[in-house]
Amino acid sequence: MTIEMSETARVRKQTRLFMVGAILVAAIAFVVIAAGGINKNLVYYWTPTDLYANGDKAVGATIRLGGMVAPGSIQNKVGVSGVEFDVKDAGRIVHVKSSGVPPQMFRENIGVVVEGTMTKQGYFQCHRLMVSHNNEYRAPKAGHKMSKEELEKLMKTTEGLKD
Amino acid sequence: MQLGNLATPATWQPMTASLGRILILASLLVSTVGAILAYAAGAKKSLDGLKWARRFAFAFAGCMALATFVMEYALLTHDFTVSYVAQVGSRSVPTWVTIVSLWSSLEGSILFWGFVLGIYIAGATWLTRNEHVEYMAYAIGTWLVCGTFFGFLIAGPASPFGTVAQPPADGPGPNPLLQNHLLMIIHPPFLYLGYVGMTIPFGFATAALLRGRLGLTFLKPLRNALLLPWIFLTIAIMLGGWWAYEVLGWGGYWAWDPVENASLLPWLTATAALHSAIVMERRGVLKGWTVTLVQASFLLTILGTFMTRSGVFNSVHSFTQSSIGPTILVFLAFILVASIVLLAMRIDSLEAEGRIDGALSREAMFLFNNLIFVLITFTVLIGTCFPLIVEAIKGKQMSVGRPYFDSMVVPAGAALIFLLGIGPALPWGRANKQQAIRSLVPPLIGAVIVAAIGFAVGARNGWTLATLAFGGYAAWVTLAEMWRPVAQRMKNGESILNATSQAQWKRGRRRFGSYVIHAGAVIVIISIAVSSTMRTSHEATLHKGETATIKGYTLRFLGTDVRNEVNRVATVARFTLIKDGREITTLEPRMNQYTMMREPIGTPAVHTTLGGDVYVSIMNIDASSETVGVLMIYTPMVGWIWYAVLLMGLGGVIALIPVRRVYAVSPEPIVVDAESATAS
Repeated sequence: MTIEMSETARVRKQTRLFMVGAILVAAIAFVVIAAGGINKNLVYYWTPTDLYANGDKAVGATIRLGGMVAPGSIQNKVGVSGVEFDVKDAGRIVHVKSSGVPPQMFRENIGVVVEGTMTKQGYFQCHRLMVSHNNEYRAPKAGHKMSKEELEKLMKTTEGLKD
Repeated sequence: MQLGNLATPATWQPMTASLGRILILASLLVSTVGAILAYAAGAKKSLDGLKWARRFAFAFAGCMALATFVMEYALLTHDFTVSYVAQVGSRSVPTWVTIVSLWSSLEGSILFWGFVLGIYIAGATWLTRNEHVEYMAYAIGTWLVCGTFFGFLIAGPASPFGTVAQPPADGPGPNPLLQNHLLMIIHPPFLYLGYVGMTIPFGFATAALLRGRLGLTFLKPLRNALLLPWIFLTIAIMLGGWWAYEVLGWGGYWAWDPVENASLLPWLTATAALHSAIVMERRGVLKGWTVTLVQASFLLTILGTFMTRSGVFNSVHSFTQSSIGPTILVFLAFILVASIVLLAMRIDSLEAEGRIDGALSREAMFLFNNLIFVLITFTVLIGTCFPLIVEAIKGKQMSVGRPYFDSMVVPAGAALIFLLGIGPALPWGRANKQQAIRSLVPPLIGAVIVAAIGFAVGARNGWTLATLAFGGYAAWVTLAEMWRPVAQRMKNGESILNATSQAQWKRGRRRFGSYVIHAGAVIVIISIAVSSTMRTSHEATLHKGETATIKGYTLRFLGTDVRNEVNRVATVARFTLIKDGREITTLEPRMNQYTMMREPIGTPAVHTTLGGDVYVSIMNIDASSETVGVLMIYTPMVGWIWYAVLLMGLGGVIALIPVRRVYAVSPEPIVVDAESATAS
């Protein structure tokens, strides 16, 4: 019995090996690029407490901050569209500056999700302001402090104006 | 039978729910027995068994259809003893809302899924009644396994037919976001017709694997079975985007949301499979690959259902609170493992009958096309699932931002439209240098023209300009390829009318349809590139009589109106849109306050022109002081996307209509001209 492969079979096998190798290299390259891309573009879902716990990491990172609008903190800027307010959870308070027109439901003591980043100056620059828009029809209790779990749910389910 | 919900005696009330439950249990029984029977018939190659499997397939469809009618009946008669009606029904909504409530919430939409599945299975079983005897038993068996799963889901975890002991006098009505626009009537059915339809090619592919053979005659039903749901899915994705654009008020149509991604993923693999099936047909290669793509498309529809229906994106840890998520996950795992095992066992028997030679050939371009579609699939899949994995392992919550998807998919999209041009330009088989130059150079004119037009109207983004150039190239090639068979016939002395009808309709319909799809795709990709890079937006707070300006359009705020409508109270902001000192139209964006809801929902107003859309969305409105906070957006070409996708769907339909061939002697026409060649 001969174990030598015919010429065409050997060429075929070589081509197949080459193909497998090429695909493997491409796959690895793809995974590296994709992982890098994901890493650069993560959006963190944080409460004010989480935000302070992460310290400097918060500056420049894309953050979805969830909390309640602190009573008495809303300041509408005169003449220009834009609003400043405080977002709080059970422990901490973050000052937020938003340049856009706030949505209809925006008011004190409402669950709010702001997307943006922490600045070096210590306030949160928001480029997207969302108000909890769930499908339930019960009114939120006034002054109700939301737990971490509730806030996380809020951040995930809140839809609003994108970009 | 129950005739009117108030007139009938109370003892009759729970009947509807029970009848529904009985029908669902019957469908579960029929599909289970039918699946076992069909596989046995396949293994034994029994024709009698196959006949019975067919009957069971029809019976399954019948039970599902009846159960769905029972539910519609319960919805229309406001029978709140049925749990699903109590959940989504309401006496205060219009009748059309009541009818479409069937797919407005989880349980009803799964029932609707079962209904659509039944129709597909019955249709496919009927259409193949005299053909492919050696495969059909396995195919029907596989379809009925899926039927069993959905029957189980409807009977147990997601039962819409629960009995409510103390029925409420009225229900809350469906989610107002769904009531807010007519597109929501048609988007879900199209999505389901696309999603569920992937079961049929999956059944064919599984049958081919089980039989260990994928003959060329079996390709046609596989390809057509793929094309039909592909058409629905293509349109469904567009309708979803259009709806988001018209309703959500942020002026965009796509946000790489998990729900959106779930609809896109199977579309990507199905599109790849449609292309590789053509290479398979022409060259006898890529059999295992095509089968894999078909399996992947089906798996991704189940994954998509899991992602959108289990609530896993709200919390990884709480999706187990309902048993729907885990049930779908188990089914997904079962299908995945079964598919991989089957593929590993049988892939060698799907041996290639030919080979691909030469990198500069149409078939090589098909390979690149497939590679890119698969890369996009993985990109989207990874980006969508990554947050879930992180949350499951580390307990940290995050999401992957839009820039990730954009930065990965934009180059891939540009590469796709590049291939869309050069692929069809190249001939099958190895092309020599002269041939290549002759077919690749002239379309450059198209590339230059379109890119120059884009530059002239202000396109400066590099990717946009590249997309425009590739798009111009592809448009040229597409039109040239459409013209070529007509020209060939005219050269032989046929009149232009006759040549066109013969070449495009009577003989080369599949090819013509494919190029219509390509033409639509070119417009879609260009419109996406232009609309996403060239939009301008402006936010303003206006008092009565004040104006704001965007892109030469002036918006004057006339004041507010409060209108009482059937199921809602609307606060409307009235605007006139002025261009060049002339009043063009009135725009009335509004805030709709639905009766049963705490919060109002904004609905933007859109003025569409050929060049672009003026989009006005209310951020907040105060009727007493007549002030309104508005977001104005000007987006060029965005309206083109919807109609170009419809053109793609039309192309699909053209390609799907069977061509009646008159066979002279050989079953395959010997004409080796452009007509019998399939488009890429």
